[in-house]
Amino acid sequence: MDSLLEIKNLVKKYKEVIAVDNISFSIRQGICFGLIGPNGAGKTTTIEMIEDIIPPTSGEILYKGKPRSALFKQEVGIQFQQTSLLSSLTIRETLNTFKNLYNDPADIEEIIDICNLREIQKRMNDRISGGQKQRLMLALAMINKPELLFLDEPSTGLDPQARRNLWSIVQKIKERGNTIILTTHYMEEAQRLCDEIAIMDNGKIIARGTPDQLIKEHCGGVTVILPRNSIKNPLSSLPFPFKEINGRVEIRTNDINSCLNRLLSENADLSEMTVRSPNLENVFLNLTGKQLRE
Amino acid sequence: MSLKRLWAMLHARNLEFFRDRSALGWNFLFPFLIVAGFGIIFSGKDYSEYKVGVFPVRAEIVSISDIDLPSGFRETRLIKFIGFACFEEGAEKLKHHKIDFLVKAGSPSNEYWVSDTSPKGYMVEKLFKASLFPENKIVAEKKEISGSEIRYIDWLFPGILSMNMMFSALWGVGYVVVRYRKTGVLKRLNATPLTAFEYLSAQIISRIFILMFTLAAVWIGCSFFFTFKVAGSYFDIFLIFLTGSICLSAYGLVIAARGTSEEFTSGVVNFITWPMMFLSEVWFSIEGSPLWVKMVAKLFPLTHVLSAVRKVMNDGASLSDVSMEISILVVMTAVSIAVGAALFSWNR
Repeated sequence: MDSLLEIKNLVKKYKEVIAVDNISFSIRQGICFGLIGPNGAGKTTTIEMIEDIIPPTSGEILYKGKPRSALFKQEVGIQFQQTSLLSSLTIRETLNTFKNLYNDPADIEEIIDICNLREIQKRMNDRISGGQKQRLMLALAMINKPELLFLDEPSTGLDPQARRNLWSIVQKIKERGNTIILTTHYMEEAQRLCDEIAIMDNGKIIARGTPDQLIKEHCGGVTVILPRNSIKNPLSSLPFPFKEINGRVEIRTNDINSCLNRLLSENADLSEMTVRSPNLENVFLNLTGKQLRE
Repeated sequence: MSLKRLWAMLHARNLEFFRDRSALGWNFLFPFLIVAGFGIIFSGKDYSEYKVGVFPVRAEIVSISDIDLPSGFRETRLIKFIGFACFEEGAEKLKHHKIDFLVKAGSPSNEYWVSDTSPKGYMVEKLFKASLFPENKIVAEKKEISGSEIRYIDWLFPGILSMNMMFSALWGVGYVVVRYRKTGVLKRLNATPLTAFEYLSAQIISRIFILMFTLAAVWIGCSFFFTFKVAGSYFDIFLIFLTGSICLSAYGLVIAARGTSEEFTSGVVNFITWPMMFLSEVWFSIEGSPLWVKMVAKLFPLTHVLSAVRKVMNDGASLSDVSMEISILVVMTAVSIAVGAALFSWNR
């Protein structure tokens, strides 16, 4: 089967505000699909409509080629951006409670191992760290062996180590062949985990493709960065577009070889040179003229 | 409907209740303390209903025999005499309703002071004046009530149990579900195959179990310290309380149906529980109140629970004698469940 999910002309209006503005896309089975964009772009509203948590104003959502039925909730796993759990339960009891809500649940021991919860399984679910809580939420989303997994900003608020830990778990889940829809505003997360990406802004999808395609299409070239004093000659003699920022010179070029040859011919000192490849942040900047975290 | 899902929710909710030690303790301790408090107050000989200031007297607590007052008044039960050194001191207390009546000891003309706005003062004034007449000049014949007397504690005890049931049902269902909606727990559950019917049924069944468990524990606990006279059947009382707990939990369901504001819900619960507590005759009878007050009281399930339980406990009535009350509770339950289920939202 090609498309596991098809979204057609999806719209969500709140009084005068259009949160999601007529978007369409499809998601192939077995891929990790990233919905990226700044806060307020409409990512969460979009996936909550797909998850059947909020109703769309208009549009069509097809799962396995048909409108979602009661079976949909048996076959999908959801990790919300912000949520709480039933109080006064241990992690194992929480998992058991959710396990009993499904007809065909996963093996709880396997889920505990995948999400690294073994050591803390007897701890109360409200007495764990942010990273541990996100791992528990991921485990709950996995408790029914979902064919389709929704992860809404899974690493928001985590420290770098906890974030990398979570990414490695998501990577393991990907390797099991689950289809994943991930929203994030961390470009590194999207670039690392997603096979396909849709960039959202103001409720619309403004670009779509693999991370490499998007970068190639919207941000050609690289940026060469040098300390200002490493170039002896006047900067105006350089035949490339450049910017001077905080005592550094940033040169944009589509041909790194000729750029470096020219700098060497100008007797520039390249010992402190760095070369920066464009990323999805640059793609968004080029498409919208603003930073993702604005 | 899946019984497996319903049981999962029921089990989780019960664990939550029994592990929250502070809430659990309070649920048992609160009714016990009230019953104990009132039992001691109303059974003790030291209980006094009226406070009468006397001057001029040196000691603050007056020994009855030392006071130069009309003997009939001095020997009246339920009056506590408080001494004041001078008139000004006593008058100040009377003005601020700290005492109900002020009298001058040894006054040949039996001088007294009373606030015209004080109901208790009015009663003491009547007692004082009556005590000035010799008892054999008053034409009145005392007759005994036939049958066994209903003690105040036997009348009050079902009221305290029902009141605890009401608070526990409305807060335990209404407030808790709104809190879960606010914190996103309901949203998380909505992402699973759990249906609203299964979830709400689990909440109600769990609360009914908790209510009946608490009721039994408090009754047994209180029985160690007090002797309650039960004229009717314990089983009938249990059934009436069970019907009442279902009805009150269903009321909680209506409160829980919508909203994410704990403050607003707390206001709504208070708005319902306080009038219900006072008008359902938990503490005092509303006999003689205006008709509209009695009509409003009939809207509250607690009125019918208490009416039925007291008939069984105090008068030995059978279930068929209280079939009207039980029928009203069943209808109220059906209406509340229908309204609560129709209005219920997982998200808002």
